Amino acid sequence: MAPKSPPKATLEHSQSASGSAAAHHVEEHHYRSGPLRWLLTTNHKEIGSLYLIFSLSMFMIGGAMALIIRLELFQPGLQMVQPEFFNQMTTMHGLIMVFGAVMPGFVGLANWMIPLQVGAPDMALPRLNNFSFWLLPIAFTLLLSTLLMPGGGPNFGWTFYAPLSTTYAPPSTTFFIFALHMAGISSILGAINIIATILNLRAPGMRLMDMTLFVWTWLITAFLLIAVMPVLAGVITMMLLDINFGTSFFNAAGGGDPVLFQHLFWFFGHPEVYIMILPAFGIVSVIIPTFARKRLFGYASMVYATASIAILSFLVWAHHMFAVGLPLVAELFFMYTTMLIAVPTGVKVFNWITTLFRGEITFETPMLFALAFVVLFTIGGFSGLMLAIAPADFQYHDTYFVVAHFHYVLVPGAVFSIMAAVYYWLPKWTGHYPDERLGRWHFWLSVIGVNLLFFPMHFAGLAGMPRRIPDYALQFADFNMASSIGGFLFGFSQLLFIWVIVKCVRGGVKAPASAWDGATDLEWTVPSPAPLHTFETPPDLRGFKFH
Amino acid sequence: MTPVQRTVTKTLFALMMMVGFTIALVPLYDVFCNITGLNGKSASQPRAIVSGEVDESRYVTVQFITRTGSGLPWRLTAQDRQVRVHPGQAYEVRFAFVNHGKTASRGRAVPSVSPSEASLHLRKITCFCFQEQRLEAGERLELPLMFQLSRDLPENVHTVTLAYTLYPAAEEQLTSNVIALTQGGGA
Repeated sequence: MAPKSPPKATLEHSQSASGSAAAHHVEEHHYRSGPLRWLLTTNHKEIGSLYLIFSLSMFMIGGAMALIIRLELFQPGLQMVQPEFFNQMTTMHGLIMVFGAVMPGFVGLANWMIPLQVGAPDMALPRLNNFSFWLLPIAFTLLLSTLLMPGGGPNFGWTFYAPLSTTYAPPSTTFFIFALHMAGISSILGAINIIATILNLRAPGMRLMDMTLFVWTWLITAFLLIAVMPVLAGVITMMLLDINFGTSFFNAAGGGDPVLFQHLFWFFGHPEVYIMILPAFGIVSVIIPTFARKRLFGYASMVYATASIAILSFLVWAHHMFAVGLPLVAELFFMYTTMLIAVPTGVKVFNWITTLFRGEITFETPMLFALAFVVLFTIGGFSGLMLAIAPADFQYHDTYFVVAHFHYVLVPGAVFSIMAAVYYWLPKWTGHYPDERLGRWHFWLSVIGVNLLFFPMHFAGLAGMPRRIPDYALQFADFNMASSIGGFLFGFSQLLFIWVIVKCVRGGVKAPASAWDGATDLEWTVPSPAPLHTFETPPDLRGFKFH
Repeated sequence: MTPVQRTVTKTLFALMMMVGFTIALVPLYDVFCNITGLNGKSASQPRAIVSGEVDESRYVTVQFITRTGSGLPWRLTAQDRQVRVHPGQAYEVRFAFVNHGKTASRGRAVPSVSPSEASLHLRKITCFCFQEQRLEAGERLELPLMFQLSRDLPENVHTVTLAYTLYPAAEEQLTSNVIALTQGGGA
């Protein structure tokens, strides 16, 4: 199984760029220095780095909130914080992790890697790209500032169900709505940019079915963003009107319907959870073939499975609302469509395992995270199937079982995939390999911590512990103490992650252009670290066999 | 137009379609619920009584639940908490409104029917819920609800629950608007 060799033309191109030509390039495109450079940059690599740094900062802030939650839940009774503050922590933790950490993390990877993987010189709309990024720090500064306002920040859960988020909400809710509007605009503009880049800026000779799966999954994710972000914008605008302008979209007293909120929210919300997992599928689908030194098994089926998941995501929203009083026929419809999603997801897991089968596998840090993703995401998928069973969901609804489920798909799922991607592409970004020994420590502490944190939540949930409460009955004490210990282990291991990244930026073992033995995608044909400008003349890939 | 511009135009068009779809979802939801009765709302207009045979082979239990929403010092009680009726039979239940507050106020009882599939088969001939009530401080007011369950009520429905929640009606704003208008007209 010989890995395919990169196209000759691009190799020559990259070598010339890495030599004396590189210095020439830098002179030609003289960039602003000083702090304004980062404010005004239109370079996809710099904006990608900004997104990733922003995502990491939000991950640490959202993580600190999670540790406050776990500290309070370490023992039954109220020790550390007031219940009102606890509610703000659960809400802000969810909002920041979803909209501030995971989504910008994937957009950052898209910014860095999509132009490199399709052979484009930059994103299609570089200035829009700058605007999309700088909306985010403003949005999240505003969102975080609500914690200091009279009445406190959002305290109604990240799903902000009306009328809890309208009639009974703190006065700061209007700022929360504004912040979410800005984050939504940022996502929409980012998605437009990604679609325009992928559809128009591919190197000559690269057809859609020649693209890497990371690019494919991001193309489909961008379409999902275009489709559902307006729904989120609509629903929060209705909240704004209900709060400040006397309308009654969600107010029963004025003829509205609170259940309408849940339908609208989850019509956005379910595709949103796939927005947070499809790029993860793409990342794992490029890392596993590299370290198994085999081509990805079932490339076309991976593409079709991703597209099927995206289409099905619009037909399953009410499985979040089984307990709201749906008619039997709706319960059955949403139960079966939800279970149907297990089929394309199963295709993906099958393809990853088959790619590993008889591969020459090595276990570098990115591969460890990718393999942990496959195993632990599948556990999260299975508990999702349990929740899909409508009659059983009446028992699980709003318990810690749900918390365990979505944290398994989001933390060792989406977050591990971002970490795998960071370890995988750090040599390309910095020109140095990340410290392998520290990386392994980070991996093993994270994987032990994350399981100790989330696995006991399944049991607490099945035994009936409700979510979003600061206190609990005595029989849940042991599970919660284990979870809290795991939470602190996982949380503090992330300091190791920051250390690895900082160390890698500052120095380390030099990485060649093709940093990993089995890596075959286009980004590995440009030098490491990737110069500021790459593929200014697009590589000619005509007649090149991709898969 | 460059290819990039063409793609961006198409994407923006798709985006605008989704914005339009989101706005349309609210009336669509209302129409869907009116046709299917899925959100348990009963008609807000009086319906004519349907004379015809009463299905005496069947009893349906109708329960009444009353609640007071926040901000209104009223109490609403049903004369009978539960009645057993035959489908097709018209029945009257009286409800008592009491204002325990120190000032006059306006309120409105908002109905909800469960199971929702019964809401299309519940015909209200008269109901206090069709309009707002205004009660002086300490006033007690008795009002009737006259209803009929249509004979095609699904066989599996044995109990119908009617919940009424009292909400304050925005009086202060209304009267101040009226005053402002009359003053404006006089000047």
